[in-house]
Amino acid sequence: METKKMTCLECPRGCQLEINVDTLEVTGNTCPRGEAFAKAEITNPLRVLTTTVRINSKTEVMLPVRTQTGMPKAKMFDAMEVIKGVRVNAPIFVGDVVVSDLCGTGVDLIATKNVRE
Amino acid sequence: MYDLIVIGGGPAGLAAAYSAWENGLRKILILERDRELGGILNQCIHNGFGVKTFGEALSGPEYASRFEDMVASTEIEAKTDTMVLDISPDRTVHAINPKDGYVSFQAKSVILAMGCRERTRGAISIPGTRPSGVFSAGTAQRYMNIDGFMVGKRVVILGSGDIGLIMARRLTLEGAKVLACVEVMPHSSGLRANIARCLNDFDIPLMLSHTVTDIHGDKRITGVTVSAVDDHMVPIPGTEQEFECDTLLLSVGLVPENELTKSAGIDLDPRTRGAVVYENRETTMDGVFACGNVLHVHDLVDFVSEEATFAGKAAAEYVLNGDKGENYYSVKTSGGVTYTVPQRIHKGLGEEKINLYLRVNRTLPKAEIVVKRDGEELARFRKTHLAPGEMQSVVFTGDLLETAGSSDEIEVALEV
Ligand SMILES: Cc1cc2nc3c(=O)[nH]c(=O)nc-3n(C[C@H](O)[C@H](O)[C@H](O)COP(=O)(O)OP(=O)(O)OC[C@H]3O[C@@H](n4cnc5c(N)ncnc54)[C@H](O)[C@@H]3O)c2cc1C
Ligand code: SF4
Repeated sequence: METKKMTCLECPRGCQLEINVDTLEVTGNTCPRGEAFAKAEITNPLRVLTTTVRINSKTEVMLPVRTQTGMPKAKMFDAMEVIKGVRVNAPIFVGDVVVSDLCGTGVDLIATKNVRE
Repeated sequence: MYDLIVIGGGPAGLAAAYSAWENGLRKILILERDRELGGILNQCIHNGFGVKTFGEALSGPEYASRFEDMVASTEIEAKTDTMVLDISPDRTVHAINPKDGYVSFQAKSVILAMGCRERTRGAISIPGTRPSGVFSAGTAQRYMNIDGFMVGKRVVILGSGDIGLIMARRLTLEGAKVLACVEVMPHSSGLRANIARCLNDFDIPLMLSHTVTDIHGDKRITGVTVSAVDDHMVPIPGTEQEFECDTLLLSVGLVPENELTKSAGIDLDPRTRGAVVYENRETTMDGVFACGNVLHVHDLVDFVSEEATFAGKAAAEYVLNGDKGENYYSVKTSGGVTYTVPQRIHKGLGEEKINLYLRVNRTLPKAEIVVKRDGEELARFRKTHLAPGEMQSVVFTGDLLETAGSSDEIEVALEV
């Protein structure tokens, strides 16, 4: 029986999870989100990517952005390459899509700050 | 005359001002020295904020914008680019601002929400030269996330606090090589989740019980020496390892920013380095309250907002109903509790809820936090996954303290 240990990343509590790779039985989680997290970790681990893009604005140089939901961890560096070439214009608001379907992941990159001018 | 002046427009100041508004105050002014509101959150572009408050993981600017919107929906005034210099005992607040020059405002109540500042190299004393390329992790974060320039290509991080961990990932994603995160203690002070997603995800080694013992380079840093330390944190000769790097980030902790508090003559707690407060977050100066990182360093912004809400409500009660007086229990700690906030609890609170925050001195899978008076147990709270880096909170009502004993002291103890 092979098991894998990991820290749950779904909330700041950081429960120590253990998953049985064969039966997919999860222990150590305090809530159901931990179970789903452990299962994803051994198949297709997901992470929210947060970074910045350049913005043409009177007040800001950089606009903080993040993926709307988790994206495949394995594609994070490819995504960073794409994001490097992006420049946006003010005004832009929290939740506005900056890049849609980032690297074919189906996940959008969104603005996380209001820049009015 | 203002009902309330809030000093600092970070998450603590914003939530405190909004809570005071909700509780009936109308003339409220926020003074912020930066060009924008939001405080340190503006540079914390990573996500993970607000899981407790909003049930979703937001980035720092996103979390701040929610509170900015709440404040904007009221008639609360805010002045940015305004640095507060002094508070007099009659609650006159003295400030400077590039447009108006020197200004002063009088207020019926004041909330201190100035946040905290990073410890610098001077505070930890590393031998070696003083080349450029040595930054505090927060300064590097500001350069990268707000000003948009990269700080280095080959990086060593000293200290494993959350800011250092977050910056390890940020630098790696931007193409730098982070060689190691070096921590003098046998455990990290950062959140477990941050160790997993910022170091382990990118195979960055965490060197526990190690420290930087030398810095090399003339103009720009060219490398550092890292050594193992013994149980007394003394470097062990013969364990030196050399790392070639162009950047060293220091993530060695935060200190509440209490110059104003000190010069106003408010009592400080040497353990928290913040003001001594009552359960309503009132300081030892009449009508002056404190909340957020200026009071004690919080690891989660959700607790900052929660605490700020108590302070805002208390300021409103003070202005509308008068002072709660000085009849209080002092809170003592024992058995591994390193501090509590509040340090004092007013007597006669009845059914009013008391939110007590505390930290413990070691990592424990589970333990109990016991509230006692004259050695008699009043309440017991079961906790799991305790660690020095993770603040604990317990809630009880005022009348609980009257159920046993006769002492003016309440004890908060850790029992394993
Ligand atoms: C790098 C970093 C990463 C973090 N990561 C997380 C995370 O992932 N998740 C999470 O939940 N929490 C996180 N936190 C914690 C959270 O951001 C802080 O606890 C929170 O920002 C503290 O709020 P505050 O309002 O007390 O202080 P601050 O945000 O520091 O605000 C204080 C404000 O007061 C102003 N000020 C100070 N002195 C004066 C003066 N004399 N006159 C006028 N204005 C003044 C300052 O300019 C500042 O704007 C992180 C903190 C840091 C530093
Ligand atoms: S299992 Fe649930 S409580 Fe534990 S860290 Fe994950 S999300 Fe949080």
